[in-house]
Amino acid sequence: MMTLKVNGQTYQIDAEADTPLLYVLRDDLKLNAAKFGCGLGQCGSCTVIIDGKAVLSCVTPLVLLEGKQVTTLEGLGTMSEPAPIQRAFMEEQAAQCGYCIAGMMMRAQALLQKNSKPTDDEIRTELQPNLCRCGTHMRILRAVRRAARLMDTAELSPSNQGSAR
Amino acid sequence: MTKSGLIGGIFVALCVGGAAAAFAIAWRPAIAAVDPPRPQSFDASLVKRGRELAAIGNCGDCHTLRGGKSFAGGLPVPTPFGTIFSSNITPDPETGIGRWSETAFRRAMRSGVDRDGRHLYPTFPYDHFTNVSDEDDAALYAFMMTREPVRAPARENQLSFPLDHRVFVAGWKLLFLHRGSYRPDSAKSAEWNRGAYLVEGLAHCGACHTPRNALGAERVSASFAGGDVDNWQAYPINAQSPSPVPWDADALFTYLREGSHPDHGTARGPMTQVVSNLSQVSSSDVHAIATYMADVFGAPTPDRRRQGEAALAQAKSAPAAPLQANAAGASIYAAACATCHESGRPPPYGGINLGLSTAVASPDPRNLANIVLSGVRPVEGERSPIMPGFAASMNDAQIVALLNFLRARFSNQAPWAGVEKIVEDARRTQTALLQTSAGPRDAPADASQRNKP
Repeated sequence: MMTLKVNGQTYQIDAEADTPLLYVLRDDLKLNAAKFGCGLGQCGSCTVIIDGKAVLSCVTPLVLLEGKQVTTLEGLGTMSEPAPIQRAFMEEQAAQCGYCIAGMMMRAQALLQKNSKPTDDEIRTELQPNLCRCGTHMRILRAVRRAARLMDTAELSPSNQGSAR
Repeated sequence: MTKSGLIGGIFVALCVGGAAAAFAIAWRPAIAAVDPPRPQSFDASLVKRGRELAAIGNCGDCHTLRGGKSFAGGLPVPTPFGTIFSSNITPDPETGIGRWSETAFRRAMRSGVDRDGRHLYPTFPYDHFTNVSDEDDAALYAFMMTREPVRAPARENQLSFPLDHRVFVAGWKLLFLHRGSYRPDSAKSAEWNRGAYLVEGLAHCGACHTPRNALGAERVSASFAGGDVDNWQAYPINAQSPSPVPWDADALFTYLREGSHPDHGTARGPMTQVVSNLSQVSSSDVHAIATYMADVFGAPTPDRRRQGEAALAQAKSAPAAPLQANAAGASIYAAACATCHESGRPPPYGGINLGLSTAVASPDPRNLANIVLSGVRPVEGERSPIMPGFAASMNDAQIVALLNFLRARFSNQAPWAGVEKIVEDARRTQTALLQTSAGPRDAPADASQRNKP
């Protein structure tokens, strides 16, 4: 049994210490935003935020998470009240098949939390570990820029859900 | 004349004499500036040869700022004496070497003096380049003078007094610069001699792989016994090599040419650029380097050979049950590492079995700490391995647990001491390093471009 903090809630998880976080999120907690892509930490589709940093959940065993806060896409916003990063990705139509997008949003969110006005170069460098097979990269870039603007004015907007809990 | 007057006179005479001698040793004339030669004035085949030589010499690695223009300099090179910034070696007439004649270029390579007659700091490895032949210097000159000129003024070195005075470099040269081109050893094969010429000269392997003395010169008595570069350990590449499987010429060739070998793993850290360069040059030169270096490693002792065979057999057999002594390290390994490192695929498609890893077997855990923190980035345009970094998901204590587990599980060496401090330092320096490095960048993404001048 181990304690896991996800999206502000505390869960008791019955799993081995070497179980990857991704399996627990998807199979035990039914949080299916993070995707299983390669399982080798090479595609980025499983990206979540741990203590403010983008992390590949498929190669992150539970034993590393003692006392840490995990945030998944579900923790940012909801269908009716999307977070700025989610709004921006929708408004820019950044998803084609969508498989990579949750990971893209989480890594972009982590970037924007530490750097609210990233340059295009910084966005490209930061998102480098995340692969998109459909080729919507230009839209993803636009979406991250839009999210940065939205977050800038987030205090004024009703859906102030952008900060990781 | 009084006694004190006499002493004073001798003192003055000594000072004047000393100053004159120092002047004679240190002073070098300027070589007249020329109009930048037109790129068309160089023979295309000479330029092409120069391109290969520049790759063997790894010129671009120091003379290019990460993300900057090729050969425009400005890269900070940390040394125990301060930070030296690499110079602009593009043919820009004002800020580069556009007004250098071939004679001036050759003098810089031979004896570390720039066109104006100023001594260059030995971060520029002229203690090796002095071995380069006239013909090769001519080809290198042709290659450099046909690059795109980039306007990039030199950055001021950050050296403390008195090393900020270049006259001291003249004294260093007296002690450590042994001029003279490479003399072939007639008892050895032509291939061996070609390899020796490249390794000891242009390729300057010893600049990283030989330890340095207090004055920053390579210790002749410890040739290839391992050194430091950019917070990585450059492994011993002589009989003291810590690699679990002994190296031979074939393995060296594959590794240098392709960047990895199934029994040894993957080049990384500062070696990444070196193997990337060597994938672009003529294979006969890489064979020559491998032949010479295999001799430097020396034939393994029967004991060493047996250990190598045992390591290989163990790597191919089913994984042993993990030690229970370090449960945290074992769990991290199982979830974060084993999926690739026990995949059974040879590198670069799978991670190397860590029983074959020199990083795990080395007495110095720095390289392993660096690689766990930063991972391995893909090389643009090449078939290269990738590994995610774990800096964001593992804290120092967890990385220490993992490193200790790997050492106990995959080597028969004594545990490392002081891993905590090394991981802490590695985390600090890799953060700084990532700001200046975005991986190799001047390997043309289009492989078909590599043979063009």
